[in-house]
Amino acid sequence: MSRGISHAHSIVEPGPLSRRIAAAVVVVYALVAMVPLAWIFLTSIKTPPDSISYPPKVVFKPSLEGYCNLFTTRSRQTQDYIDTLPPPSGTCERITRERNMVVVGPSNYAPRFVNSLVIAFGSTALSILLGTTAAYAFSRFKVPLRDDLMFFILSTRMMPPIAVAIPIFLMYRELGLSDTRLGMILLYTAVNVSLAVWLLKGFIDEIPREYEEAAMVDGYTRLQAFFRVVLPQAATGIVATAIFCLIFAWNEYAFAVLLTSGEAQTAPPFIPTIIGEGGQDWPAVAAGTTLFLVPILVFTVLLRKQLLRGITFGAVRK
Amino acid sequence: MAEIRVHKLHKAFGAFTAVRESTFTVADGQFFCLLGPSGCGKTTTLRMIAGLELPTSGTILLGGEDVTFKQASGRDIAFVFQLFALYPHMNVRANIAYPLRAQGMARAEVRRRVEEAAHTLRIGHLLDKPVSGLSSGDRQRVALGRAIVREPLAFLMDEPLGALDAEFRELMCGELRGLHDRLGATTVYVTHDQLEAMSMADAIAVMNQGVIEQLGAPQEIYDRPASLFVADFIGSPSMNLLPFSGRLARGARAVQLENAELAVPELREDGAEGELVLGVRPEHVRFDDASRLRATVVETEYLGTTQIATLTTAGGASLKARLPSALPVRPGEQVGLALRGERLSLFERASGRALRTSLHDAEAARG
Repeated sequence: MSRGISHAHSIVEPGPLSRRIAAAVVVVYALVAMVPLAWIFLTSIKTPPDSISYPPKVVFKPSLEGYCNLFTTRSRQTQDYIDTLPPPSGTCERITRERNMVVVGPSNYAPRFVNSLVIAFGSTALSILLGTTAAYAFSRFKVPLRDDLMFFILSTRMMPPIAVAIPIFLMYRELGLSDTRLGMILLYTAVNVSLAVWLLKGFIDEIPREYEEAAMVDGYTRLQAFFRVVLPQAATGIVATAIFCLIFAWNEYAFAVLLTSGEAQTAPPFIPTIIGEGGQDWPAVAAGTTLFLVPILVFTVLLRKQLLRGITFGAVRK
Repeated sequence: MAEIRVHKLHKAFGAFTAVRESTFTVADGQFFCLLGPSGCGKTTTLRMIAGLELPTSGTILLGGEDVTFKQASGRDIAFVFQLFALYPHMNVRANIAYPLRAQGMARAEVRRRVEEAAHTLRIGHLLDKPVSGLSSGDRQRVALGRAIVREPLAFLMDEPLGALDAEFRELMCGELRGLHDRLGATTVYVTHDQLEAMSMADAIAVMNQGVIEQLGAPQEIYDRPASLFVADFIGSPSMNLLPFSGRLARGARAVQLENAELAVPELREDGAEGELVLGVRPEHVRFDDASRLRATVVETEYLGTTQIATLTTAGGASLKARLPSALPVRPGEQVGLALRGERLSLFERASGRALRTSLHDAEAARG
């Protein structure tokens, strides 16, 4: 058999060996990235003693104690008192009684989680709304000083946001926006909108003007053409941008610590404050973190197709 | 369908003038071509008629109504784009129906009209397909369907065949003209391809640097180019332009080129002198050993029924001749050239303007 046939694969495609090496690198990276996540999840289903045992337990009896502790507040009682109570009504009640405690009420985790949802999705929606309209204007109209304005918008990302923490803290106190959901939505929008404008302008630039012009000649106003023709085609870009905005707003910690303490507190500053008896309640912290990962995970998995297309959009012109 | 009147239309983008004082009328039912090289202002003119661009000055009348500054959506015209601009998120049916939905037409009526348009264009079988899988020819038909379904006042087409393969282009040329005739449409068609313009148009406006250089029927533009630009732009190969200097009086019937005296159409103006140009189509050049205009064959290009010979005259001018392909022609050969006197054009070199000669008599009689 000639060499030509035994090396029949294309010279521009990677060969089988390169493919295997690439696959191995990806698998190793994925495993490394998964370790902390697996650790957090496993910790969340350990009992508090198991979670701090040394060396760490790999084989253990799973428990829901972390999740129970996450959602409840408890108080310690004497065995005599607990014996007088009616039988436990649920799993958490039972687990708590085994530790000589009773459930006295819900914890703040659920409302904090709701705050996170409202603030993250609210600021994402607002960023996308402002970003799309601004990007469209920058892409299609002769905006005076367009390049300078675009640069100005980008320049808001050039310093670390925390550098303006004190002015914002004072401003928010004056404006009555401290510890309000609206305040946090506006703050995260201000940070995200620059990213949104820049990303979306790229996507909208790629949509030929002819589509809107065709729609306008066909009897639609520019606004109708924008909604019916431009937006559907910018959908992948909008989804990709929305995920980036959402991830930032969802994970943001520094401003959340600084500006929220009660009413509008989000989950990230709340989770580290979960204290058990005699120190940090690690299973509850891990349970809070695990649940906190779920919305982004679901959102990203549901939209992964658009996200991938969005990120690689425009790389190859058709 | 309606007449389109464009009067002194002017468009400047900052310091750059795209269209300069253009005036023309497209008669009801006419197939009108704006022809010119890229950047000549033909597309800008079309876009101003469509309302996608607003003129700096001038007026546009559509069926008698002044629409100069009216929004595109209010003009009742259809525009066919070079890249079709089919909405990728809709199927063929939705694309064609889109202009009708803008008018809020009843569903049943939309359905009927879309199917009728699809039938006219023979794309009925494609109606429920997505546009992404279509061939470029079918995409163009869908784009035309979207244009005809509305029964607009006029069709405006911006190089609609530019994105098609050569074989498709010829086919679509015929289809487009056929469609125009069946619908009794008024069409303004922009192209840089003179063959498209020649084969389809009733009238052609040749544009260059924002100015309409000549406006007329295809044959008139070919036979009697009004300027050096038109002479050079129209025809493949283009008209041979042989510069000479001399003085011509009214009624002159011959010019001196190199050492030959050549018969030309009789001059109908008060005389011209200085740098002039003699224009001759390659098909009006033939070999004649008796002629005193001598030339050397440089190369020949075989085209089937004819061949194109590239020649250099004794005086150093280069020209092309379209000859029967049976005629034996060898590079290096010395030949004499005879030009068909009654078909020659004369131009002023500096202004590029064609001199008025007996060539224009027929036109004068008609006008």
